[in-house]
Amino acid sequence: MSQANNGAVLSAAEADNREFLVFSLGEEEYAIDILKVQEIRGYENVTRIANAPDFIKGVTNLRGVIVPIVDLRIKFHLDSVEYGGQTVVIVVNVADRVVGIVVDGVSDVMTLTPDQIKPAPEFGVTLSSDFLSGLGSLEDRMLVLVDIDKLLTSEEMALVDSTSNR
Amino acid sequence: MDIADFFDTFFEEAEELLADMEQHLLELDVDDPDSEQLNAIFRAAHSIKGGAGTFGFSVLQKTTHIFENLLDHARKGELTLRADLVDTFLEAKDIMHEQLDAYRNEEEPNQEAYERICQTLQKIALEEIGQTLDAPVAPAPLIEQTSSASSEATEAAPQSERQLMVALLNVSEKDRTLLVEELEQLGNVQSHSGDEKRYEVIVTGDVSGDDIEAVMCFIIEPEQIEISVTDVDQAANANLALDPPADEAVDEVVPPESAKPASSAPTPQKPAKPAAKKAAPESSSIRVSVDKVDQIINLVGELIITQSMLDQTVSDLGDQSVGNSSLQNGMSLLQRNARDLQEAVMSIRMIPMEFVFSRFPRVVRDTAGKLNKEIELVTEGKSTELDKSLVERITDPLTHLVRNSLDHGIEMPDEREALGKPRIGKLVLSARHQGGNILIEVRDDGAGMDRDRLLAKARENGLNVSDNMPDEDVFQLIFAPGFSTAKEVTDVSGRGVGMDVVKRNIQGMGGRVEIQSKKGEGTNTRIVLPLTLAILDGMSIKVGGETFILPLSTVLESLQPAKGDMYAMAGDDVVLKVRDEYLPVIAIHEVLDVENAITDPTKSIAVIVQGEGRRYAMLVDELIGQQQVVVKNLEDNYRKVPGVSAATILGDGSVALILDITGLHRLSRAKKEAGKQVNYPHLSYYQEAEPS
Repeated sequence: MSQANNGAVLSAAEADNREFLVFSLGEEEYAIDILKVQEIRGYENVTRIANAPDFIKGVTNLRGVIVPIVDLRIKFHLDSVEYGGQTVVIVVNVADRVVGIVVDGVSDVMTLTPDQIKPAPEFGVTLSSDFLSGLGSLEDRMLVLVDIDKLLTSEEMALVDSTSNR
Repeated sequence: MDIADFFDTFFEEAEELLADMEQHLLELDVDDPDSEQLNAIFRAAHSIKGGAGTFGFSVLQKTTHIFENLLDHARKGELTLRADLVDTFLEAKDIMHEQLDAYRNEEEPNQEAYERICQTLQKIALEEIGQTLDAPVAPAPLIEQTSSASSEATEAAPQSERQLMVALLNVSEKDRTLLVEELEQLGNVQSHSGDEKRYEVIVTGDVSGDDIEAVMCFIIEPEQIEISVTDVDQAANANLALDPPADEAVDEVVPPESAKPASSAPTPQKPAKPAAKKAAPESSSIRVSVDKVDQIINLVGELIITQSMLDQTVSDLGDQSVGNSSLQNGMSLLQRNARDLQEAVMSIRMIPMEFVFSRFPRVVRDTAGKLNKEIELVTEGKSTELDKSLVERITDPLTHLVRNSLDHGIEMPDEREALGKPRIGKLVLSARHQGGNILIEVRDDGAGMDRDRLLAKARENGLNVSDNMPDEDVFQLIFAPGFSTAKEVTDVSGRGVGMDVVKRNIQGMGGRVEIQSKKGEGTNTRIVLPLTLAILDGMSIKVGGETFILPLSTVLESLQPAKGDMYAMAGDDVVLKVRDEYLPVIAIHEVLDVENAITDPTKSIAVIVQGEGRRYAMLVDELIGQQQVVVKNLEDNYRKVPGVSAATILGDGSVALILDITGLHRLSRAKKEAGKQVNYPHLSYYQEAEPS
């Protein structure tokens, strides 16, 4: 496991600087590869899907495309989950799908050099390090770099039909 | 431009030509063959050969060549046709199709099949007309000899250094450059000069006029090409090559407009070939990828949604808008235009049922031959149009039903005679519109279904049946998995697999199957399908604060349930008595966990719905109304949701889920069985339900 993880970090190090979109969940700062991000929009008009896990808020209409909305705050067991004018949905493209993720806010876009990306330690019950591509260290800040592809296509997110052949 | 760019066009054209060929072969009356049809078959083979040669598909070229020669003899009356010869021709056509597929997949075609069919065709030639055809049986290098009065003098003529003058008439400069580049690939271009009206290119090399024309026809019309031999010494020889008598015969039967250039041209030249005949309908249509069409349909769907949003806004304005007549007029105009546009766009996807029906003459012929039965196939309503995606999916179930009718339905000729029926059994395939649906029927005048035998067989299989079941339900038994009453298993059917698949496929398309049958008189299998999958007539309902859509086709009626009509059954099942029927009650707010819904059944509304032949009473808070909705797939970005078949976008831009009746019923049962301890019922639900 850690072997594979190191491999991922190494291959990241080989590449040049990468850009990340930084967003906050509660007090913590997370970041995802900016190339995965399609757009950022407000949280509105979400139709609930019955019998789905609680972190799947439902589906919304994104210019005629039906897009599922996942609340990462619920998924990561954050204490306060509120929906207001500031609540933001990051629309990402993963595995040929469009998915919206609800976060507390989007702060900025950061460029990280390969040596600023440290391997993620092996820990985490709620967020397995499988779903991390590393930790970004920036002076006094630490960014949790999420491998959004792996996270959203994982079985526990229940976003992808495991029974279908897609 | 590379020649490979033309491959796809060739494949598509060749496929159409093969389909034409098959159709003509099937229609051919062996006792009195129609020369027009023989010519059409010959032309199809000839065109495929030309293309195959150009693109270097040598196996296909050789097969069509031999086939074509044989057809040429048939055309000239030197070969007397028999039913078994037509069978062989059909087989040859199949093999050519396989070869074509192989080339399309960039594979080498099956050598064995090729050799076998060549041998068979050669044998026919030897036996029937006492001569061999001018092509090697073994796939040795193809060096043709002028041995018969074949139309293929073109290829047979010495192909060494030949000088051809290709004249391009009325071709734009851009196309001219392109064509010259093409010609450079085929031979040595010695010179080219001229203007737009007439542009002359001199080509030398081992290339036939046929090949040149075949390549150029992808860019310009055959009428625009004149090919002649300029070398005086070889003129006599090449004259024969380029203007063989056989092709003149073709000319006589093609429509006059395609024969025109031949008569007006001064130099010995290639007469307009079948390609010219094809060109006429083709110039009025274009090939567009389905993706593009779907994209337009999506965009129009968006437009409709925007239009209804505007509509809602205007009606919300109330009094303010009433005074403004131009706004009102504009809105109604927009609505009408948007609907018209939607209809027009949807019609792009519609293709006539002929595409499906055209394969059945062959199926019936082959199956009837195997079973030694005599069958006449009648098709009705070939021009009825159906959505392309449905057309593709209906073919297999329909084939199954036809085979079934032929095998189990229609009796042996002797048996029929004994019963006082005509020896020849009749199978009718019909399609027609009925309301918002299309009705496809497979009718036979065979033995019909034996109610008692079905019931006996059902009991044997352990199915729960009773003697006073209505006929309709008894006939539905044949759709049960593993159910077959055939006395013996045949090559064609009788294994009892299939009918359940047929039913599942049709239900998957949003349709249903009904059977009407009378013992001794025949069976009528009716398939009812929606016209399209993209738009659905829906009934919007409200539960709690949420809006859902029920497919209108499933809704039978709605009523306010009285307290006395609700009965509790063991556990927490509830049934509702409607007239003399007890219907299982599905409370949507329970199944879909809707909050703030009306929980008292007598205050809610019961919608009686039908799914997979069963009826249910659904409890909802409120009926909003009927509307057409654009069906959006949930699985594109999410997953299958139990109890929900798809989603749609409402006038206010929000998403509403389209409910799936049988799915809801299964979900409701799964939920009751699982109790409350399961966190995500749909995860466990999925593992047990629906093996498909």
